[in-house]
Amino acid sequence: MDFKFNEDQEMLSKAARSFADEFLAEYVEGIEENDEMPREVIEEAAARDFMAVTIPEEYDGLGMGHLARIILLEEISRVSAALGMLLQVWHLGIHPIVRFGSEEQKQKYLPRMAAGELLAGLAVTESTGGSDPTAVQTEAVKDGDDYILNGRKVYITSSHLSKVVGVMARMADDPKSFTIFLLDEDCPGWRAGRQEKKIGFKGSNTGDLIMEDCRVPAANIIGKIGDGLKIGLNSIGEVGRAGMAAVSLGILAASLEDAVKFSNSRVLGGKAINKNQAIQIKLADMYMDLEMSRLLAYKAATLGDEGQRCDTEMAMAKYYSSEASVRSAKAACDIHGGLGYMMETPTQRYLRDALLVISSAGTTEIQQIIVSKAAIKKYS
Amino acid sequence: MEIVVCIKQVPDPGHIQLDPKTGTIIRGGVPAIINTVDKNALEAALQLRKINGGRVTVVSMGPPSTVEALQEALALGADRAALASDRAFAGADTLATSVTLAALINKTGPFDLVLCGYSSLDGGTAQVGPQTAAILEVPFFTAVQKMEKSAAGIQVEMETEEGVVAAESSLPALATITKGMNRPRGIRLSEAKKAKNKELFTYDLQGLGLSDDQVGEKGSGVCMVEVLPLPAGRDAEIISGEPEEIAGKIQGEIMKLGLQSRGGNK
Repeated sequence: MDFKFNEDQEMLSKAARSFADEFLAEYVEGIEENDEMPREVIEEAAARDFMAVTIPEEYDGLGMGHLARIILLEEISRVSAALGMLLQVWHLGIHPIVRFGSEEQKQKYLPRMAAGELLAGLAVTESTGGSDPTAVQTEAVKDGDDYILNGRKVYITSSHLSKVVGVMARMADDPKSFTIFLLDEDCPGWRAGRQEKKIGFKGSNTGDLIMEDCRVPAANIIGKIGDGLKIGLNSIGEVGRAGMAAVSLGILAASLEDAVKFSNSRVLGGKAINKNQAIQIKLADMYMDLEMSRLLAYKAATLGDEGQRCDTEMAMAKYYSSEASVRSAKAACDIHGGLGYMMETPTQRYLRDALLVISSAGTTEIQQIIVSKAAIKKYS
Repeated sequence: MEIVVCIKQVPDPGHIQLDPKTGTIIRGGVPAIINTVDKNALEAALQLRKINGGRVTVVSMGPPSTVEALQEALALGADRAALASDRAFAGADTLATSVTLAALINKTGPFDLVLCGYSSLDGGTAQVGPQTAAILEVPFFTAVQKMEKSAAGIQVEMETEEGVVAAESSLPALATITKGMNRPRGIRLSEAKKAKNKELFTYDLQGLGLSDDQVGEKGSGVCMVEVLPLPAGRDAEIISGEPEEIAGKIQGEIMKLGLQSRGGNK
């Protein structure tokens, strides 16, 4: 068992941290105020090859794998969970093409996605809820060599930014069959709809995707007709949850750093407040939550990189780290006292952001179902 | 164009603490970074290479862990790197550092231009660049904010106390670069992947052909006796009276403290 990053991962961590601290940090206040991710931030992230991390080298990517992606997202989310979220979803949109796409689809999309010219997305959730993907109502009807899609996806991250979106639809001629269609700039009839206003993740665009008689060629099907559930659940299970765990790690790290810094400098009764056990106990819990979340996430990602199944481990990592990030962000607010609630202090942002991670890529209760099923299977 | 960039690994200023007994910086356990203005020097070199072609070599003196800083410079786009590392180099002042760096630069082969950051975050003397140029016997420019290759060699604009001064020199030459010259690029992951295969040489005292009385503490002309903190504090005084009287008293205080402008007491 080796708990060290390799040379490539160390350099990736350094590159991501320097991007976050030296470039991204200057934009965070504006992102919060305007609820918009500046184009130049996205372009700079692309110029540094952050979109290319999981794309194989033969398609102009870096082929660095799951753990590398978690390291990247953690460092970025430490400064802006909103950009961490956007990046995680662009990677999520890339995954079905890399893992299940045809050679033609890989050639067509992946090099442009690696360069950041095409932002990807994945759209499963509808107003029927995200926890049961079989409830989707978006319907695909065969029409000659094409399919006609009608429906509305909701709560889609990057809905107004993504240029290529994998959409899960129910087949009209077989209601139990689901398929992922790639909607791109050559498919007429799809557009972004309503844009949500959220209490957190300002700058991470969330909204509806509307398909009205959207014509999609058969060549844009990922995998085969009927593979939709398998592909969608694999993508959310291994990539979506890993991404949300990584965003949580960033929030956990930022909460702890700020709490330690403030408690070192805040003097009460003639001594720094972290000389008091009440504060020390909070810091101990925050540190352990960060380290435990890292161990779970890094282990799950390492299994994925070794080609092993890692859905249960990813569910554990996502469940634990997202709940921990809420605990830790609240503790950071508490340690700051009244200041922690003020907009000038980032701790309130950490808490607002952490709350959304719980319901993204499967709620805590969904993760508990996955983990408990695995436990019952293993120990029965 | 053969360009050499001198970089220094320094403690991250965000984590610096001073030893209360000795007054020196505690380096153990503190994350290290490339001296920030050295990244501006590297950026200047990479931009010159883009326009004029050639090769960028980064050099540094320090403990073996300095390799991390050189690897980062390679990941940023430098072509090769060289490190001077030997226990004999420890405790060097700016002179002994410059002697070592000059030997290292010569070891890397003929050069057209040497670039350094204007000063370091930890020492802050701004002496190593000019001293290295003197040892290499090349002309030098300090606090350069603009630079381009010219027919004669290199053309620069330098920040001085009197304003911006334009100057030109033949090559080889040395220049120290200011923070305002450019915005250093970040690491591109694809460039970082290539960095692993780039050359990184390490030389010890013998490898550089130096003797131990030229380097480190023995080769230093300066020895640090004591480090004292500057006393800092505030004094408040309420000045009362008629406006002219108050203005006169304030002017008197300013004169007494020597804070009047060089142009007079207007």
